Amino acid sequence: MSAPAGSATLTRLALRRDRVMIPGWIYALAATAVGSAVSYRSLYADQADRTDFQRSTNASGPLRAFYGPIYDAHSVGALTAWRIGVIGAALAGLMSILLVVRHTREEEETGRQEMLGATMVDRRAPLTAALTATAAADAVVALVVAAGMAVLGESPAGSVALGLQLAAGGLAFGAVAAVTAQLTASARLARGLAGTVLGAAFLLRAAGDAGSTGGSSPLVWASPLGWLEHLHPYAGESWWVLAPVAGFAALCCAAAYALVERRDIGASLLPARPGPAGAGRLLRGPSGLAWRLQRGSLYGWGAGLLVAGAVYGSVTDSVGDIVGDNGQVGDIIERMGGHTGLTDAFLATVMGVYGIAAGGYAVQSLLRLRAEESAGGAEALLAHPVGRLRWAAGHLAHALLGPVLLLAAAGAATGLAYGLAVHDVGGQLPRLTGAAVGQAPAVWVLVGLGVLLFGLRPRAASAAWGLLAACVLLGQLGPVLRLPQPVLDVSPFTHLPDLPGSHVAATPYAWLILVAAAALAAGLAGLRRRDLTS
Amino acid sequence: MNGAIDVAGLTKAFGRTRALDGLDLSVATGEVHGFLGPNGSGKSTTIRILLGLLRADGGRARLLGGDPWREAVPLHRRVAYVPGDVTLWRNLSGGEIIDLFGRLGGGMEPARRAELLDRFELDPAKKGGAYSKGNRQKVALVAAFASRAELLILDEPTSGLDPLMEEVFRGCVREARDRGATVLLSSHILSEVEALCDRVSIIRQGRTVESGALGELRHLTSTSVTAELGRAPEGLDRLPGVRDLAVDGTRVTLQVDNDRLDTLLQALTGAGVRTLTSRPPTLEELFLRHYTADAGQVPAGAAAGHGGTR
Repeated sequence: MSAPAGSATLTRLALRRDRVMIPGWIYALAATAVGSAVSYRSLYADQADRTDFQRSTNASGPLRAFYGPIYDAHSVGALTAWRIGVIGAALAGLMSILLVVRHTREEEETGRQEMLGATMVDRRAPLTAALTATAAADAVVALVVAAGMAVLGESPAGSVALGLQLAAGGLAFGAVAAVTAQLTASARLARGLAGTVLGAAFLLRAAGDAGSTGGSSPLVWASPLGWLEHLHPYAGESWWVLAPVAGFAALCCAAAYALVERRDIGASLLPARPGPAGAGRLLRGPSGLAWRLQRGSLYGWGAGLLVAGAVYGSVTDSVGDIVGDNGQVGDIIERMGGHTGLTDAFLATVMGVYGIAAGGYAVQSLLRLRAEESAGGAEALLAHPVGRLRWAAGHLAHALLGPVLLLAAAGAATGLAYGLAVHDVGGQLPRLTGAAVGQAPAVWVLVGLGVLLFGLRPRAASAAWGLLAACVLLGQLGPVLRLPQPVLDVSPFTHLPDLPGSHVAATPYAWLILVAAAALAAGLAGLRRRDLTS
Repeated sequence: MNGAIDVAGLTKAFGRTRALDGLDLSVATGEVHGFLGPNGSGKSTTIRILLGLLRADGGRARLLGGDPWREAVPLHRRVAYVPGDVTLWRNLSGGEIIDLFGRLGGGMEPARRAELLDRFELDPAKKGGAYSKGNRQKVALVAAFASRAELLILDEPTSGLDPLMEEVFRGCVREARDRGATVLLSSHILSEVEALCDRVSIIRQGRTVESGALGELRHLTSTSVTAELGRAPEGLDRLPGVRDLAVDGTRVTLQVDNDRLDTLLQALTGAGVRTLTSRPPTLEELFLRHYTADAGQVPAGAAAGHGGTR
C-alpha cells in the first residue's frame, strides 16, 4: 500500500511545527535514562551493593508498585532499566498521545485541516503524518537511549531492549490516541481519553506488581505496560513480548484508519446534540460559566482518582507481607518498620502520587484561564461589567478547591478499600482521607506559581506544566541522584510530612499556604495591571 | 465636548511595533460613527483600549465621560460590544451564551430576544462549536442589540453575514440610533458605513487621517466617469486632474478631480458622447486614495476647512 497523497508533506509540516517540542521530549527522556545509569554506576559500583539494593527493593511493595521488581542485579544497566523502563515507556506514551492528537483532532477542531483537505491531500494523510512523526520521535528516543547506554559500557542487547521498551510504549499509546482522536470532536477530550487508557494501563501494572514479586500477577499481564515490563532489558531479554505490543498498536491503527474512512471531517462518532435554547439558572455569571467549562474535566479526574484509590487501597494489605521466608529480607522489612511501617510507607507514596495527579488537574484548570484569554472568551466576558478578578475567580476556584475534592475522593476510596480488607473502615477511611487532603497545600503552591506566571508573563503560562514536571523529577530522581536537600526543597511536595504514619506538624503547611497566597496575590495584581494578550 | 467617546493623541506600542501613534477620535452622543481603516491600522487596538482590555501608553481616552481602564466595570454596564471574530464556547448553545451575556449586562427582555432571534434567523439550540462564522456573529449581534446599551461598539460586525442579514443588521443599527444610542462602527465594508454613518474617522498606521461628515470628505476626491464615445478618444491622459484612465476601444472609464470636470466633458463631447455615467465616488474609492497615497499628502483634518461644496 502506498502512502496516502500528501502524507510526506504533512509529516514534514508536523516535524517543522514540533521542532522544539520533540527534541525537548527526546532530551528529557534520554537524559533521565542515561543520567540514572551514571548515578547508579557510582552508587552501586559493587556487586554486593547491587544485590542488597535488589533485595530491599523487591521486598518493598511501594517500590515494586511504581517501578516493578528488579529482575537482575548483575549490571548497572539492569538497575537503570528497573528505574526508568516502565515509567519511561509511560512517558513516551504521553509524548506520543500529545503528538498524535495535536496533528489529527486538534487540526480538525481549529479548522486548519479543512484548508489542507481542500488541497491534494488524502483524508487519511493527516493520520499517517501524525503517526509517522510520532514513530520517528519514538525511534529517535530508542536510538539515543540505546546509544547512550552502550557508550556507558552496558551490554548492547540490553541497551537496544531498553530503547525499544520506551519506544514501544510510545507507539502503543500513540496508536491509542489515533483511535480516541476519531471518537470525539474535541482535542481536549481525545487527549483525556487516551490519557485515561495510559493511566489505567499503569495502574493495572502497579497494582499487580504491588501484590506479587516477579511480575507474575495477571493484572500485570492485562496491561501493555506490563507486557513491556517483561521485556527484561539486561536481564535475559524476552524479545517476544514486543510482538503483542506491536500487534496491539497495529490493531489500534487499523481501527483508526477504518474510522477515518467512514466519518466526515470535523465530525465525531458521538453525534452532536442540540443544546438548550436558553441558559439554566446556574449559568448566571463568570463562575457559572467556569463551572460549565470545567466540570467535565473535574468529573473525569474524579473518576480516575476514585478508581486509582480503590485499586491502591485494595492492594495495600499485601504490600506489607513478608516475601518468601528469606531471613535477610525479613530483617530489611523490620528495619523499614515492619508490616505497619511498610503499609504506611506505601500509602504515603500513594498519597504523593495523588498529590501529583491533583497538581496535574490544578495546572490544567488554571491554564483554562490562559486558554480563555487567547481564544477570545475572556474578551467577550470582560467587555461586560465583569472585573478581571471576578472573571479569574471562577476558574481559580476550580484550581484551588478542585484538588481538595479530588484528593478527598482518592483518599476516601483508598481508605474504604483498605479498610474493607483489614476490617477497619471506620479507622482507615478518615485517616487516609485526611492524609490525602494533606497534599493540597503543596498543590496550592503550584497554583500560586502558575497564577504568578499567568499574571506577569501570560505567554509563558504553560510553563506551569514544567513546574509540575520539575516536582515529579525532583521527587523521582532526587533520591537516586542524591541531590542536596536545598535542591529537593525547591519542590513544595518535599515539605509535606509523610502521611499516614508520621507526626503532623502545622509549620510546613503554614509556610506552603503562605507562599501560595503570596504568589497568588502577586499574580492577580499582575493580571489587573496588564494588557489582555492573544 | 462631552461626547460618548473622546480620544486624543492615543499611543500604544506592542514591543517595537507602534500600533497607535497619536490617534484622535471623537464620537458625539447619539451619532453613528464610522471607524475606517485598512487591516492592521489600529482599529481593534483602539476599541480594546476603550473597553479597558488594553492599557494606553499615552494620550487621553474617555468613554461615556469615564476612564475606560479604571472604571471599566461600571462603564461596561452601559456598553455593548461585538468583536470582529466572535469565538463561542463550543459546548454552550447560542441561546445559553445570549442569556449569559444578558445576565452579565443586567438582564434583557425575553420578547426583544425572541424578536431578534427571529429577525436574524438564528437557531439558539445549536452548540457554539456547530455555528458557521456568520451564525457566531449573529449570536454576538443578538446579545448586543437586545441589551439596550447606551453605546454600541461594533468591530467589523458584519463579517460573514449574507446580504439579507446585513440588511437586518442595518435596521437594528438604525433602531438603536432612533432610541438615542450611540454607535461606533468599525468597518471596511464601505457601503455599510455610507448607508449608516453620520460621521466617519479614517485612520491609517495608528493615526487619524481624516474625520468629518461624509459630505465633507467626498469633495476632496473626484468623480467616476464612464462614457461610450463615437470614436476612440485622444489625449485624455494629458488632461489635468484625470486618473485611472482605461480606454477599451470607444469605451472610457476614468476618475477626474471635481474642479476639472468641465475640461474633461469638453474633451469627451469632442469625441461624440453616446452614453455617459458619472457618479460621486464611493467611500471605497475615497478609501483607496487615502491608503494608496502617502499619508503625508493628505493633511489630517483638511476636510474641516472646506465646507461642503456639493
